[in-house]
Amino acid sequence: MAILKRDLALAYRQRAELMQPMLFFILVISLFPLAVGPEPKTLQLIGPGVIWVAAILSSLLGLERLFRDDFQDGSLEQLMLSSTSLPAAALVKVLVHWLTSILPLIILSPLLALFLHLSEPMYWALLKTLLLGTPLLSLIGAIAVGLTVGLNRGGVLLALLLLPVFIPLLIFATSAVESASMQLQYTAQLAIIGAMFLFSLALAPFAIAYALRVSQT
Amino acid sequence: MAVLSVTNLSVVKRDRLLFENLNFAVKQGGLLYVKGQNGAGKTSMLRVLAGLVAADSGEVYFSQQNIQDCRENYHQNLVYFGHKLGINQTLSAVENLQFWCKQHLVSISVDTIYDTLAQLNLVGLEDIPVANLSAGQQRRVALARFWFKRDAKLWILDEPFTALDTQGIDLLSNQITQFLSGGGAVVMTSHQALRIDYPTDELTLEYRI
Repeated sequence: MAILKRDLALAYRQRAELMQPMLFFILVISLFPLAVGPEPKTLQLIGPGVIWVAAILSSLLGLERLFRDDFQDGSLEQLMLSSTSLPAAALVKVLVHWLTSILPLIILSPLLALFLHLSEPMYWALLKTLLLGTPLLSLIGAIAVGLTVGLNRGGVLLALLLLPVFIPLLIFATSAVESASMQLQYTAQLAIIGAMFLFSLALAPFAIAYALRVSQT
Repeated sequence: MAVLSVTNLSVVKRDRLLFENLNFAVKQGGLLYVKGQNGAGKTSMLRVLAGLVAADSGEVYFSQQNIQDCRENYHQNLVYFGHKLGINQTLSAVENLQFWCKQHLVSISVDTIYDTLAQLNLVGLEDIPVANLSAGQQRRVALARFWFKRDAKLWILDEPFTALDTQGIDLLSNQITQFLSGGGAVVMTSHQALRIDYPTDELTLEYRI
C-alpha cells in the first residue's frame, strides 16, 4: 500500500514525462488520416489495427520508467531487503504503470475512434479489447523491464524483445473489432484475451520478481 | 554467539575469482572492517552477505541459520547501506524516510524523523526534493536509517564515509560505537582510516588477476 501511494505521488510529480507517450499516441493516430487520405472506408478498415499498434508502441515508451529509477537510485535494493514481498510489490508497480500510462490512452480512445471513422459497435468492441488486453502489456512488459534494467540503454532491446510477444494479443484484438464491424459475435476473441490476461496476472509477478533478482548481479 | 558467520565463501564476477574459501564470523558487539584495493571484491562480498546476490559457493549464516532459509527474519534484523543510497531524487527527505520505515515495518512518528534530520544537520531541508541537496547531504538523509532501526542485529555499511564532512563522520562513528556497545554487529568497508574507538577485527581482500 505504501508503494502504491509513493508511486502515484511520484507519477504526479513527473507528469511531464507521463504526457509524452500520450501525445505520441495521439500524433501517430492522427498521422494516418493524413497519410492514407480521409476515405471513411479505408480508415474504418485500418482503424482498429492502428489504434492497437499505437497503444502498444506508446506503452513501450513509458515502460522503462517502471523500474529504471528505483534500480538506479538503489530503492530496489532496499525493497529486496525489506519484509515486503517482492512479487506483491512488483504487482503494485505494474498497476501504477497501467493506471498512469495506459488508462489515459483508453480514455482518449473515443476521440481517436472518431478520427478513424469507427462505427459505434466497433468502438465498443475496441474498448473491451483495450480494457482486457492492455494490462497484459504492462504485466509482460514488466518482466522484460526487470531483465533489462541492469543494462543501460535497454530501450530498443526492450521493444525487440516485447513486440513479437504481443503479436497474438494484437491478432485477437483486431479480429474482435473486425467481427464487431460485421455485426458478428466476438465473445470468443474476448475470452481468449481474458484468459491470457488472467494467466499472466497469476504468473507474471513471480517472473518479474525473479527477473529483478537476477538483475542485481 | 555469532550473528553472522560465513563458511567457504567464493565469489566469481565476470570470470574473475574475487576470493575463495573465505571463513569468518562476526559476534554480537563485533566490528568487522573489510579492507582491500579497488576491485578486490569488497562490495561484492557485502552484497552476498546482505543476501542481494547468491554466492558461487559457500554459505552465509545468520544466528546459525542459512540466510536463504530465513530471508524474512534476516532482513528484519539487517540494515544495509550500499553505494546506491536508495533515496528517490524527486521525493523529499521526510517522504523518503517515511516510506522506508513503512517498507521495513519500523513504526516511527514524523516528529522523530524531523528530530533525527535535525541531529544530522539538515534543518530546513526536510521538505524539498532530495535532488536539490548536495552529495553529502543526500548521504546524511540515507544514513538516518541507522537512527531508526536500532533494534536491528546487524548493520552492513559499504563505504559509509564517502562524501561526508568530518562532523558527519564523527556523528556516524558515534552512532556505530553506540550500536556496537548495545550488542549489535557491524560489517563495514572504508578507504579512510576508521575513527572508531572500539576493538576491530580486520579482513583484507587481495586483488587477484
